[in-house]
Order: sequence, then C-alpha cells, then structure tokens
Amino acid sequence: MKIKFRLNGKMVTDEVVADTPLLEYLRSKGCYSVKRGCETSNCGLCTVLMDGKPVLSCTTLAVRADGKEILTLEGLQKEAEEFGGFLADQGADQCGFCNPGFIMNVIAMTKELEDPTEEEIKEYLAGNLCRCTGYQGHLRAIQAYLEAKQGGIL
Amino acid sequence: MFSFQQYVLAESLEQAYELNQKKNNVILGGTGWLKLGKKSYGTAIDLSGLGLDQIIETEEEFSIGCMVTLRQIELHKGLNDTFGNACKEAVRHIVGVQFRNLVTVGGSLFGRFGFSDVLTCFLAMDSYVELVGKGVVSLEEFAKMPYDRDVLVRLIVKKDGRKVSYQSFRNQSTDFPVIAVCAAELQNGKKIASVGARPARAVLCSVENEDWTKELTFGSNMRASAEYREFLAKILLQKAWEELA
Repeated sequence: MKIKFRLNGKMVTDEVVADTPLLEYLRSKGCYSVKRGCETSNCGLCTVLMDGKPVLSCTTLAVRADGKEILTLEGLQKEAEEFGGFLADQGADQCGFCNPGFIMNVIAMTKELEDPTEEEIKEYLAGNLCRCTGYQGHLRAIQAYLEAKQGGIL
Repeated sequence: MFSFQQYVLAESLEQAYELNQKKNNVILGGTGWLKLGKKSYGTAIDLSGLGLDQIIETEEEFSIGCMVTLRQIELHKGLNDTFGNACKEAVRHIVGVQFRNLVTVGGSLFGRFGFSDVLTCFLAMDSYVELVGKGVVSLEEFAKMPYDRDVLVRLIVKKDGRKVSYQSFRNQSTDFPVIAVCAAELQNGKKIASVGARPARAVLCSVENEDWTKELTFGSNMRASAEYREFLAKILLQKAWEELA
C-alpha cells in the first residue's frame, strides 16, 4: 500500500505492508519515542497526534495515516523540553518509559482544554499509565506548567 | 494483533457490502477490538472514505455515521444538550481520550459486546440503525439479532423529548463496567431502562415494578458476581431517577 502523509513536518511517501500498526511503522522511521507498553490499548505510551488529535498508534493502522499529519515527540522538541523541565522539577518521573506518550497527551490537552480543573486533567490523562509513581508529581508538574503558560512565563 | 492480506478503501457502500459477504473478510471500525484478536483475515474493508464520520443534527433526529468516534459523541453539544449529557457519561470512562479518538460508533454497535456502554446508552433512546442489506432496523431489534454479514451505515437517534440518565459502576476507572444502566422517562411518563454489562448484550426493559430486575439474567465473571450486579442495577436506576428529578 502506498501512503503519503506528513510526519513531523516533512512529507513522506512510502510503501507499507497493509496490516502494519502505525506504532511499528513510526519506529521503523526512527521515531523511537513511540513505545509499546502494553498489548491491550490501555497504557497510552504509544500516543501520537493525528491531525492534532491524540491517538494510540498501537491500535490504528499505518495505512490510516494516509493524507494525515502525524506528530511524534521527535517533532515537538520545544514543547517537550518545556514541559519536561516541570516534570523534572517535581521529580515526577522515575524510569521515564511512559514519559513520551504522557508528554504527547499533555501537549494535546493544553491545545484542547482551556484552563482545565484538576478533575478535567485527571480525566484527560486517565489513559496514560505510569507504573513507578503515584501520579501526584505528574499532576503538580502539569499544574505548574499550566500556571506558567497562563502567566506568560512560557 | 490481527492481520490481513489485502486492504480496500471502499468507494461505495455496495462495494463494501459485496466484499463483506466473504466470511474471511472484515470491516475495520476503529480497530480497538480487532487488534486484541490474533485472527488472520483476507481483505480488510475500510469505510473511512465515505464521509460517514459526521454527526448530522436536524429538528427531528441525529444521524450518526458509523465512523464517528466515541470522542465525537462525547463532545457533541447537540447530542449532549438533548439527552442531559447521557452520551458523554456513557463514553467518558472508556480507556482514555486517545482510545476514544479512534474507536467508532459503528464498531461498538455492530459488535453488540456484552460490556458495551455505547449500546446500553443508545438502547434507552428512540434509536435505529441503517444497514445496507436490511435497511432501517430499531436498535432494540438489532441488539437481539445474530451476527451476519450486513454493513452498519449509521445510527439514527430521534428527538422525542425523553429524559435520559446514564449510570455505570466500575471497579476501576477506565476499566469495563461491572454494570451499566441507562434510564429514560418518556414524554407520556412511561419509564424504561436498558441494562448492559450484565455481562451480556444490553436489553431494554420496563422498570415500573419494584422487582424489575427479576426478568433479567445476570452473570458472574472476574469483575463481579451475578448477585452483586443485580443489586447494583437497582441502585444505579435509583441514582438515575434522582438525577432526572
């Protein structure tokens, strides 16, 4: 199957085996931030943005990227670094394996929700699992990040 | 992960229907359920190119294309204003935003899954499904039908003034429901409810009598026992009426 889509700002035309999951395809293109943390569409580690919306790349097919714009963490380095700093300030991550998918969904959330409440943040990020922490550090990091954005510091 | 030999982006519903008559072929929804299987298919049929990813609202009804995602249902203002946020409540606990941005109404309904929040929710409304072969069938009838090779085109939900409340109980957030109840009070005062995740295909029942759960069958599995499910169903119905009062 021939697909043509935009990956992290660059047009890509490629030939893919039709039943390849988007996750495996993106990793084969060097996007190693995209991780497989489970086999059941539950962990959120493989989150990428498809036409601006966060989706599980393990669950969708590479052929469905045809005509779309795909962003992975590799294409959002500036945002990732900004938010990553807030995560580090809280000591929020331990092994770090879930970070890329988590950061992708936080970026999607900041684009979609305006001034979210704590409950709204929790609900938006419920599909991102972290096995090391208790999520409290994550939550503090997000709140500090949103405050900094609102205060015009970022 | 499921696999297939060929992929066809359908150019018409007729083509999709024809291809789907072969038992080894499969229609792709959001692939959330398919990917959990390991089955190998011949041709995967994609309905993405047919413009069926829209919710169209008129004065009388909502027409919801089979490729509309659960997230679209969750965020649709008209749908949620009309039914008191029941649709939002039904889907917002399903896995996560990323999952709901993929999985479709068509896939959720066609599967008639025993855990389905989506089927339970729309069953309590005046809903119909449009099928390529059989035409328009009420969702209540469709929910009882055996699986066949038809193609689900859209879901139609009538605005008949009923008040609806969706309630579910989960052992853990984002998990399948232990039990789900969608209660509706019709304009003539009649009260009905659909009960899903018993765990079996959702059914519609009258809830006028005190012992309304007696006509339903409940089952036990790793999430809960039949007795607990029956007990919770009564509580959830009570919560629904409190919400609608």
